[in-house]
Amino acid sequence: MRRFLSWGFLCAVLLGITLNVQAQTGPGTSDNDAALELLEALDVDSYRDKGEAITAILQSDDERARDWLQALLDGRLQRTGSGRFVVVLDNAGRNWPVEDALTHEPLGEMSRRELDRIGINNALRNQLRSAIAVVDLYSPSVERRRISAERLLGEVDGELVEPINELIAEEDDSQVRTRLTQAVAIYRAEQGEMEGVEALTGSLHPRARVALGRAAHGDDPVVADAARNALASVEQNLKINRGIETLYFGLSLGSVLVLAAIGLAITFGVMGVINMAHGELMMLGAYTTWMMQQLLPGQPGLALILSIPAGFLVAALVGVAIERSVIQFLKGRPLETLLATFGISLILQQLVRTVISPLNRTVITPEWMSGSLVINDALSLTINRMVVLGFALVVFAGLVLIMRRTRLGLEVRAVTQNRAMARSMGIRATRVDILTFALGSGVAGLAGVALSQLTNVGPNLGQNYIIDSFMVVVFGGVGNLWGTLVAGLSLGVINQILEPWAGAVLAKIIVLVFIILFIQKRPRGLFPQKGRAAEG
Amino acid sequence: MNLKKQALLGLSALALSVSFHASGNDDPIKVGILHSLSGTMAISESTLKDTVEMLIQQQNEAGGLLGRQLEAVVVDPASNWPLFAERARELLAQHEVDVVFGNWTSVSRKAVLPVFEELNGLLFYPVQYEGEESSANVFYTGAAPNQQAIPAVEYLINEVGIERFALVGTDYVYPRTTNRILEAFLKDEHGVADDDIMVNYTPFGHSDWQNIVSEIRRFGEEGKPTAVISTINGDANVPFYRELANQGIDAADIPVIAFSVGEQELSGIDTAPLVGHLAAWNYFMSVDTDENFDFIDAWIEHTGDEEAVTNDPMEAHYIGFNMWAEAVRKAGTTEVDAVKDAIIGVTVPNLSGGYAAMMPNHHITKPVLIGEVQDNGQFDIVWQTPSTVAGDAWSDYLPGSRDLIADWRKPMECGNFNVVNGSCGGSTAAEEAEAALAE
Repeated sequence: MRRFLSWGFLCAVLLGITLNVQAQTGPGTSDNDAALELLEALDVDSYRDKGEAITAILQSDDERARDWLQALLDGRLQRTGSGRFVVVLDNAGRNWPVEDALTHEPLGEMSRRELDRIGINNALRNQLRSAIAVVDLYSPSVERRRISAERLLGEVDGELVEPINELIAEEDDSQVRTRLTQAVAIYRAEQGEMEGVEALTGSLHPRARVALGRAAHGDDPVVADAARNALASVEQNLKINRGIETLYFGLSLGSVLVLAAIGLAITFGVMGVINMAHGELMMLGAYTTWMMQQLLPGQPGLALILSIPAGFLVAALVGVAIERSVIQFLKGRPLETLLATFGISLILQQLVRTVISPLNRTVITPEWMSGSLVINDALSLTINRMVVLGFALVVFAGLVLIMRRTRLGLEVRAVTQNRAMARSMGIRATRVDILTFALGSGVAGLAGVALSQLTNVGPNLGQNYIIDSFMVVVFGGVGNLWGTLVAGLSLGVINQILEPWAGAVLAKIIVLVFIILFIQKRPRGLFPQKGRAAEG
Repeated sequence: MNLKKQALLGLSALALSVSFHASGNDDPIKVGILHSLSGTMAISESTLKDTVEMLIQQQNEAGGLLGRQLEAVVVDPASNWPLFAERARELLAQHEVDVVFGNWTSVSRKAVLPVFEELNGLLFYPVQYEGEESSANVFYTGAAPNQQAIPAVEYLINEVGIERFALVGTDYVYPRTTNRILEAFLKDEHGVADDDIMVNYTPFGHSDWQNIVSEIRRFGEEGKPTAVISTINGDANVPFYRELANQGIDAADIPVIAFSVGEQELSGIDTAPLVGHLAAWNYFMSVDTDENFDFIDAWIEHTGDEEAVTNDPMEAHYIGFNMWAEAVRKAGTTEVDAVKDAIIGVTVPNLSGGYAAMMPNHHITKPVLIGEVQDNGQFDIVWQTPSTVAGDAWSDYLPGSRDLIADWRKPMECGNFNVVNGSCGGSTAAEEAEAALAE
């Protein structure tokens, strides 16, 4: 009883509505007529009226209120043609399973056409989140209480302080306790109270820093001084966090460059074939991911994992086709190879445009790859980039192993160093050519699979990366896989360090100029090949 | 280049086309379509080509125009700005088309402008643009800044209560000019401080947004309500929104209002993490009118794709095409100068339940709608102007253009008339195009 009373009260305070607490009649009357009336008030055009309807639902003390609000927030609270309110349980696909909003009675599947969604806007979204946060403070689930406490940072006002302090005293979970204490401290600091400033000292959370910033401009000179000191004390820590963040951004951009360039490091670096269609092989890898997701609707994660071998195969097969049909006839004529493969790249692009669509395709990011990993209040790292970074390193390690430890790698190195000699030793040079090109192309396909998670899957995907790929290979030293790795990662980091102060356009130009100058000084790149192989 | 010779050539071509039309009145009316079907802009422009083809087909089924059938002449400028000028010349001089519907980017429009002025062609330009231009030969059926950007910012300030603005855009003519106007507007009209405005430009097709998004996040953590005003073009939007979602920036914390993201662009994105972000347009596919439903049905039938979406530039072509057809009917001929005179004041229905009128400055009246992204890739209209807004070619917020007006009616016939010193500045289109190409 007390719980419901107080959350109803809290909500009302939070929403800025004065509420007569005495008028509360207690929880869960389960009166479906009254409930229907509450929900009907939501089905209006004016967002202001909807806001009032939400407040009314909160004040109703109906125990289903939270479910309704959550469903409304998620866009799952809908109305059928006959006026019945339903909650959509799963809105993937064309037909959705629904249940009655009032009785929880399952109603089977309904199509989208039969349902009308209760729309909300950003203001209502905020209102709903705050409302749900206050309700959830009393939830038995620790997870919900944590989210709710997080949400309340900076949203506490004078009347909420007392009830929240009571909650802190009863709370078992230390994380929730810390957050709630901070939430109260933020309010106190903003009021210019020393106690709040002291509690916030050392906190990296942006809301805490805003509160301290306000306290630093307060009337009391002692408090203002303390607030300034508190801000200064975290300055160093913030700089370090920002440095780590930039490094991470750089490595992740670098890993994309490495992925894009590593296949080229095989076909161009090791075999010496200038393949301008390399980018389009990446594009094919990305389209394979899209195709797999189309084949396995509702399982984007599984589809993504299956596209790793599939993307490799598709790109490798197309690569072999290119090698057999064009490149093998142009051996030793780099200029012609360049032009011919450029033509192939245009053909592949237009082919995709005509056969599939000139429009970009939607590739869904699986749940486990979205969001970010929170390290501390000032630093969180995006998970999709982390996965791609790991993937790039695995692909790289795999390639190095193949080139160093397998028979194929040995043969490849033999054929590129001295073709005639290798052939006289019984190595089938043509077969090695095909396999090497397939390997390089397949890796491009893998890059495409990874890129589908970061950028657009469209006919132009390859074009955007082909120049960068060549740049990385040349910078790293042609024919050297390690060079490609180091070059890709360092170019990524340099770019991200430059970007904040030079802007994205200028940063790109500076990097390009830097590479041109570097190549002037060291034409063979960072890690030039040594020995007789380099002369061939 | 010998200008005189070119002008002579142009004149003779024109004379040829006039005599040609006079001789054979049963010949079809030729409608040129100048939209990229390959290259980077194909994503946006190819659907516009299909739209015009559909409108021509509908017009022919309804008996054509002046008793003649319409015929589409399609060329592909391949997203290559100088090629736009060549293809425009090909349409006007070689195919002798009566009207052209085309272009998307401002750079491409600036490139074809001298050609249309030299050969006296008609161009209907369907995309929202930065203004600061008015040509006798171009009809701007997309939004000028005062029909999109300015109302959108007013919505943010008045309805959402935003105090801090990040202006993020692709590095080319449209975002730079729009952001210049918006900066002046925010500072002069709303007293926004320099510190509360952040401006950032990125190259076309930018895909690594980590740093910029993290900068925006920090910019928004200063305790004031913050919004992003995005003039990011085309493909670059997908990785931008994805990065926003991954770094945990929600529409409820920092809403992004976009001027170049429509239903078409959203069809390439998983919109679940974008719900609540905003876009300002003059039309949304979700507009609830019978005209719109008819248009959508016709479009789905024309493309044969159940999932096909409609968007704002398509509506602009719909309006522009109907205006041109109405003007041709009014003038009784497809002759360019007659149509140019007849079209001013022509009023046709738009798709959002109102009417669009062609103003003397070659811009049209439009309602301004603000929509929030929904998880189904559509926009939910949350706000709209009470009546239509007339397009203003010259912004009232920039010092250089404040005093300029455009009026192509006789006797003024001037695209940049200075009301202070009472003189017509003459067309500066050629220099501007050169400057744009030089970029």
